[in-house]
Amino acid sequence: MDFALTPEQTSFRDEVRSWLAKNLPKDWSDRMRVGSDVPRPEVYDFLRGWQRKMYDAGFMGLTWPKDYGGRGLTFMEEMILQEQIALAKAPPVLNILAIGMAGPTIIAYGTEEQKRRYPAKMLSCEEIWCQGYSEPNSGSDLASLQTRAEKVGDHYVVNGQKVWTSIAHEADWMMLLARTDPKADKHKGITYFLLDMHSPGVIVKPLRQLTGDAEFNEVYFDNVKVPEANILGGLNNGWAVGMTTLMYERLALGFGLQVRLRIALDGLVDLAKRSKKNGAPATQDATVRQKLAQLWIDTEVFKCTGARAVTKLLKGELPGPEASAGKMMWVEGHQRLQELAMELQGPYSQLGRGSQWAVDGGVWQYSYLRSRANSIEGGTTEIQKNIIGERVLGLPKG
Amino acid sequence: MNFGFNEEQELLRSTARKFFDNECASEIVRKLMDGPEGMTPDLWKKIAEQGWTGLIFPDEHGGMGLGFVDLVVLMEEMGRAVVPGPFFSTVLLGGLAIREAGTDAQKKAWLPKISSGDARATLAWMEPSAELGARGITLQATAKGGGFTLNGTKLFVQDAHTADVIVVAARTGSGQSPQEGISLFLVPKGTPGMSVTLLPTMDQTRKLCEVGLKDVVLGAEALMGQAGSGWTPLARVIDRATVALCAEMCGGAQKVLEMTVEYAKIRQAFGRPIGSYQGVKHKAADMLVDVENSKSITYYAAWAMDEGVPEGPLAVSMAKAYVSDAYRRVAGAGIQLHGGIGFTWEHDLHLYFKRAKGSEFTFGDATWHRERVAQLVNL
Repeated sequence: MDFALTPEQTSFRDEVRSWLAKNLPKDWSDRMRVGSDVPRPEVYDFLRGWQRKMYDAGFMGLTWPKDYGGRGLTFMEEMILQEQIALAKAPPVLNILAIGMAGPTIIAYGTEEQKRRYPAKMLSCEEIWCQGYSEPNSGSDLASLQTRAEKVGDHYVVNGQKVWTSIAHEADWMMLLARTDPKADKHKGITYFLLDMHSPGVIVKPLRQLTGDAEFNEVYFDNVKVPEANILGGLNNGWAVGMTTLMYERLALGFGLQVRLRIALDGLVDLAKRSKKNGAPATQDATVRQKLAQLWIDTEVFKCTGARAVTKLLKGELPGPEASAGKMMWVEGHQRLQELAMELQGPYSQLGRGSQWAVDGGVWQYSYLRSRANSIEGGTTEIQKNIIGERVLGLPKG
Repeated sequence: MNFGFNEEQELLRSTARKFFDNECASEIVRKLMDGPEGMTPDLWKKIAEQGWTGLIFPDEHGGMGLGFVDLVVLMEEMGRAVVPGPFFSTVLLGGLAIREAGTDAQKKAWLPKISSGDARATLAWMEPSAELGARGITLQATAKGGGFTLNGTKLFVQDAHTADVIVVAARTGSGQSPQEGISLFLVPKGTPGMSVTLLPTMDQTRKLCEVGLKDVVLGAEALMGQAGSGWTPLARVIDRATVALCAEMCGGAQKVLEMTVEYAKIRQAFGRPIGSYQGVKHKAADMLVDVENSKSITYYAAWAMDEGVPEGPLAVSMAKAYVSDAYRRVAGAGIQLHGGIGFTWEHDLHLYFKRAKGSEFTFGDATWHRERVAQLVNL
């Protein structure tokens, strides 16, 4: 057991640290200070530029092979990078679905041509990706999905609908799961396609969330043509490919979420120091101290459990179902954090953007509301518990 | 970075697992906990022969010279088997206090005997006030004729009734802060004026005593280190013992999880295994998260102790706060998911449930450690 960095890792850390210090936009850290940790549509353009800057500096795709636009480094460097991003409260990566899910899956399952075509443009943010999994009638029971892809000549024709599709209105590509063999067992007739969002017949309709923002969408497919060459991982093999994506997603979450939780926690502590309770700073209140300390502990525990997973990866093991535990834990911690932010504001928590009385311009109200999605997106907490129960603990299926 | 155990540590784990499976199965635990000593001379000898009583003591004093990351492995296995007896008090309390605070002569006199299993030790620091901080130490040690006279009562002293020597924390003076003026003394068994009373405990595998000191006269050689500066080493001992306790708790929680999952796979209700119901499955998933997180933070704290990093005390308090809550939750859920059988004396779950509760309040509960975390991170 050893948490110390090697001299090479130390110099990498210093390189990241000084680059961030030099390049971090000043006004961004002011916005992050108050803990709003999910990018809102109004900052997409800014984030596109920021990711490009990170890419040009060589800080995107650290663990991806050099041949496909990455740096060919280990998860250790990735962890160091993420930690520095948290400490500097740097902006999040806009193309996160590409970096966290689509890219690793293409690198794992793609043809040489696909691997040369797609990953590099994900890193540079030239092409944004969204995820076409959920449908109006298929959420947690994803394998029941109904969107069809039928073979016509050398391409497939897609018809159907996806929903809760984050960032689809900005996306150039979609990871699409569609049914290619309706007669087969429900897990066996699904194929994973790389779908060009600019194809004729793709219709994106923004969906307003309870936050008031339209961060996600409905996506309709009306006879959309997809070339056969855009199948990833083989015909009718989409379930296995899609599940790999999800494992990478939860792994990426392990890194990314820990960073976001730390940034949000620092914002919360700052808020607590500025808030008053019974005429004194809220941080002097025994109950508030207990709650803050518990969040602090949970954030560090989360980091340690993540570091244990990284140790396994460094030894060459693949990300496994354990990643579900990390997702679950983050969700619970982050929602509790946002609740505490409301509690600290007391009656002021009722005031939102636009009021001169609103705390920190009303940003907490947004992040509080947004946090309700955490336990639904990327697999509900209930599904994560099924995965842990069945695939980690070996309990029988219901 | 490497957040895993090496081959020797894995070997220690499998050796210890086999040892306690053979030598300290639950029927043995039950026999031991019924007796006043919680241990047989035979089992104690076997434990010592493994070298474990000397695991953390230096080679020169007959130990193995290993660290807390190594110790954590052994403690997890001991917690898994709910091993009763004076191992914890001898090694992690009395022995460690002598290692941290003793003079060369005191170390030479006691550590080889502790390492070989020929002597048992413990630490008496808490008092009826149940205060964990330095302020709680009020037992008076008055300087007299080159020696000291001790008067007062110590409580919650582990295994004092079987200890050959007790390290007693006393007040020899006062200063600007409660940390000043605390001294540690070595008080051998049978010292005139010292009385030891075994107390009935909820967790019968852990023996606690009251130690009364009435006009106990000690020579200068009983003083450990400098008079008045005992708090610093004492705090180091308590932090380290806390990490060892957390590891023991992790091992117990892991075992409860395993018992519960096995039961949920075979126990049928409404025609299918109860583990197939989400009401059971989801609770088991929560237990797994508690167990894995407990291990993560405990391993980190153990590493922090070995490396002596500045954030060591913070790591200890984060671990104890987390693990105290987690083990209690896991042990409670274990009983719940077993149903009626889990509430019987016959089933082993109560041994873990009681150990969880006792451990929760040993060296500070979650609330106490959360406040310490708040202070250490400058809230």
